[in-house]
Amino acid sequence: MSHSNVDRLVYMVNQIGDFFKYQPHEDAAEGIANHIKKFWDPRMRKQILEHLEAGGEGLEGPSRKAIEILRDMTQKAKSDA
Amino acid sequence: MSLIEEIDYGTPRSKSETMVTLTIDGKEVTVPEGTSVMRAAMEAGTEIPKLCATDMLESFGSCRLCLIEIEGRNGTPASCTTLVAEGMAVHTQTERLKRLRKGVMELYISEHPLDCLTCSANGDCELQDMSGAVGLREVRYGYDGKKHPNPGIDASNPYFTYEPSKCIVCSRCVRACEEVQGTFALTIAGRGFDSVVSPSMQEPFMESECVSCGACVQACPTATLNEKSVIDIGTPEHSVVTTCAYCGVGCTFKAEMRGEEVVRMLPYKDGKANRGHSCVKGRFAWGYASHKDRITTPMIRENINDPWREVSWEEAIQFAADKFKAIQAKHGRSSIGGITSSRCTNEETFLVQKLVRAAFGNNNVDTCARVCHSPTGYGLNTTYGTSAGTQDFDSIEYSDVVLVIGANPTDGHPVFGSRMKKRLREGAKLIVADPRQIDLVRSPHVEADFHMQLKPGTNVALLTSLAHVVVTEGLVNEDFVRERCDWDEFQDWAAFAAEERNSPEAMEKYTGVPAETVRGAARLYATGGNAAIYYGLGVTEHSQGSTTVMAIANLAMATGNIGREGVGVNPLRGQNNVQGSCDMGSFPHEFPGYRHVSTDTVRETFESMWGRELDSEPGLRIPNMMDAAIDGSFKGMYIQGEDILQSDPDTKHMIAGLSAMECVVVQDLFLVETADFAHVFLPGSTFLEKNGTFTNAERRIQPVRKVMAPKNGYEDWEITQMLANAMGYPMHYEHPSEIMDEIAALTPKFAGVTFKKLDEEGSIQWPCNEEAPNGTPVMHVDGFVRGKGKFVVTEYVPTDEKSGPRFPLLLTTGRILSQYNVGAQTRRTANSEWHPEDLLEIHPFDAETRGIRDGDWVKLSSRSGETALRAQVSERMAPGVVYTTFHHPKTQANVVTTDFSDWATNCPEYKVTAVQVMPSNGPTEWQEEYDEFSRKSRRIEEAPTVVAAE
Ligand code: SF4
Ligand code: SF4
Ligand code: SF4
Ligand code: FES
Repeated sequence: MSHSNVDRLVYMVNQIGDFFKYQPHEDAAEGIANHIKKFWDPRMRKQILEHLEAGGEGLEGPSRKAIEILRDMTQKAKSDA
Repeated sequence: MSLIEEIDYGTPRSKSETMVTLTIDGKEVTVPEGTSVMRAAMEAGTEIPKLCATDMLESFGSCRLCLIEIEGRNGTPASCTTLVAEGMAVHTQTERLKRLRKGVMELYISEHPLDCLTCSANGDCELQDMSGAVGLREVRYGYDGKKHPNPGIDASNPYFTYEPSKCIVCSRCVRACEEVQGTFALTIAGRGFDSVVSPSMQEPFMESECVSCGACVQACPTATLNEKSVIDIGTPEHSVVTTCAYCGVGCTFKAEMRGEEVVRMLPYKDGKANRGHSCVKGRFAWGYASHKDRITTPMIRENINDPWREVSWEEAIQFAADKFKAIQAKHGRSSIGGITSSRCTNEETFLVQKLVRAAFGNNNVDTCARVCHSPTGYGLNTTYGTSAGTQDFDSIEYSDVVLVIGANPTDGHPVFGSRMKKRLREGAKLIVADPRQIDLVRSPHVEADFHMQLKPGTNVALLTSLAHVVVTEGLVNEDFVRERCDWDEFQDWAAFAAEERNSPEAMEKYTGVPAETVRGAARLYATGGNAAIYYGLGVTEHSQGSTTVMAIANLAMATGNIGREGVGVNPLRGQNNVQGSCDMGSFPHEFPGYRHVSTDTVRETFESMWGRELDSEPGLRIPNMMDAAIDGSFKGMYIQGEDILQSDPDTKHMIAGLSAMECVVVQDLFLVETADFAHVFLPGSTFLEKNGTFTNAERRIQPVRKVMAPKNGYEDWEITQMLANAMGYPMHYEHPSEIMDEIAALTPKFAGVTFKKLDEEGSIQWPCNEEAPNGTPVMHVDGFVRGKGKFVVTEYVPTDEKSGPRFPLLLTTGRILSQYNVGAQTRRTANSEWHPEDLLEIHPFDAETRGIRDGDWVKLSSRSGETALRAQVSERMAPGVVYTTFHHPKTQANVVTTDFSDWATNCPEYKVTAVQVMPSNGPTEWQEEYDEFSRKSRRIEEAPTVVAAE
């Protein structure tokens, strides 16, 4: 793992995914997205969203979907505000 | 103020609920069955003379001073060994008894040196007191009877002396070492007049197994075992009850004083965590408070390469506030933050997070719990609904099976370790899961029934395989699960645990633990009666730390071991106030009382009380702060009482982060490692110099009381308050009790806590509110806090930190009894005599293949960095695993630890690092450079000499 911040964030998303993808009662992507929303500071969320926009390398399966959910949540929050 | 004299009842309290009534000297007394006559008399206010009895120890019956007469019985039995009986009529003072007692005392005194006037225990000696009590006026045998052998004084222990010529051979010390401490370091050697107390094989104390807990010194009725501080200073004249500031056990002490000088710290028998016991840290290692390295004048500098400049408090505070404000103006509100300290009081911690949230206007506040027990918070909160440990320490007395996972209580939590060992000696069974053969696995009169010596990083695999056995062998407590837990979730979990790939046989390839051992341990845990789990940082500090905590919680629920005395899930917290600092809202996503910052109703309560709009978004955690600092979006921080540079992982990354910041404010006692990168140094105060509360690992809130004025001029909360005011956010507390009132008003779990109540009760275990006005010793009694207990599937995901050809060994880290955390305090006491440097423990096999001998310098390297230290060849580790501590900045063990962390909380993976170990000649170049930098960074500019005007 490199020290670059975005790589680190991608790594963290996938690591969170490694927990949620085994939870039978929760959609993995939703689980990851909620976890990130709850625990990540806005600048970290912004960075991961930008990374998704730029192609989202390293974000696969539920991890990618989770960041998409996060994007939608953020957009919704913005339009509600 | 006067000296607090605790009553010595002579023998321990009986736990029986059946009551017995007798008369003592004509007075009717009712006491529990099993009470000694001596204790019953004392409870009725009659003190029977005694020498060999004391209520911390079982009665022994050797001195024959405590004789009594009982109507209808012959002879004069010893009251300490005679138990009460219904209708018994006892006489404690008759002509015959007086005569006999005088005779006994006469013999003792004829054997004892009579230098009372110059003896260090003059005025604090039970032998003196008893001579007075029995009215001894002459000694018929003269004073020159055969004296005990006098081999001189053993002053080898840095804190107490042993002077055998004063010994009356009452055995109290020997029994204290056995019964209270559980070390068995002392024996009585020789016979009759020649008998003498002897550490181990007649060695000096320092060379024996003695761990310097002080129990023997406290038990000794004479000056034979005496604190050196008492010998130096004299006996104390007043005392104040307070709480140890070292570990999460939270022992209560009497600080015994002469004026503003501490004479000694004596464990307080009424202390509910320690019940009168102590360890070498709290008992003896308080001298750092007046160590010459202590900084007491504020200092500032523009650049970390400049020398420090001493300034007034006003100037230092203004300098910090101006910098912080300028940073925020330029880089935005979220560009600064703070770190609360688990060594500071609840009130101080509360204030720091308030400063960050209300004055800084963001939620960038975190605490050292990030690097220790944050996974406990996540794991227990998810499964049970609250992050706290479930039991009080007394609960261990009711356990039949004790499962210790990734904890080393005899070193990390010594007083609780002693209480645990006592229960184990009484017959409770022990299971240990640890990569290292910790002392508990085999020590005098304690032996683990199972030691699962797992490979570092495989906790989840091991716990899931234990669950597999419980589920597949029909050991689930189905009634409990059906009543208390979510049944659907349980079934999913049970199906997962039952899968063949989770069996001990299948998991053995990961864990290295023989399947039969796992099966035996699981059966014992599930069927051995009350089973309790105690765990430590060996559980949390992993990439799957939070998952491991949930796996533990699952196991306790599945076997019904939760919600009563003797069972439960108990995180052993590291620092004295880790529990408290978490409770007080030190995490970036939570207000005090563990409520998320995005919850509008909660935030509104805080907003109306604090008069500021608060941020609804979570802030940065410590590792994220460092990342953001390197990235340029985080520029300033206020660090109260933590040395993140030494304690946090991946030192080089930490250095890069700290060096990138524009204003680092460190508030501490000493120029700690982090201070090398600071621009403002605010001198802090010690626990002896402040009022407040600490909360220990059993959720017990305990008072900390000021015994001397702060040498730096202010208590730590006052400094935070000054900074808040300078930042433009007004704070005007006069006393920490007002801060506690605010905490209680804002936090439902603390609603009933006040300083007044703490003074009355001594301590309170939260939750304390209308439903539980006197606090809550055991949690989840009638149901889980979250409603139904939640089973969570715990898939084992191996860490990415793997050994390989370059780094073939696994390093795990830990701590040692005599040193505390980064060692800033204990290294500045004589405790360093036990642990002068960090050592690398390595198995003989690994040592031999590398040509390493015991005591050699070795280079320890990982992909993060390298450091050098001396090797200790030891079979405590399995081959392939090495171990070290992180108490000394010279070693900086964290140079080698990596940035891998727990998936849920970013708690660093201290317990697994792939490393290589090679012979070396001494410190590495990096260590030498760092040392040089550190020396430079600590220069303090000479104050200009002011020439007085003529
Ligand atoms: S100080 Fe503690 S360990 Fe040492 S001999 Fe005394 S009781 Fe035993
Ligand atoms: S050293 Fe003290 S406690 Fe021990 S036997 Fe002698 S007098 Fe008793
Ligand atoms: S360090 Fe811990 S065990 Fe030792 S005296 Fe202090 S609180 Fe008690
Ligand atoms: S006190 Fe009872 S025999 Fe010593």
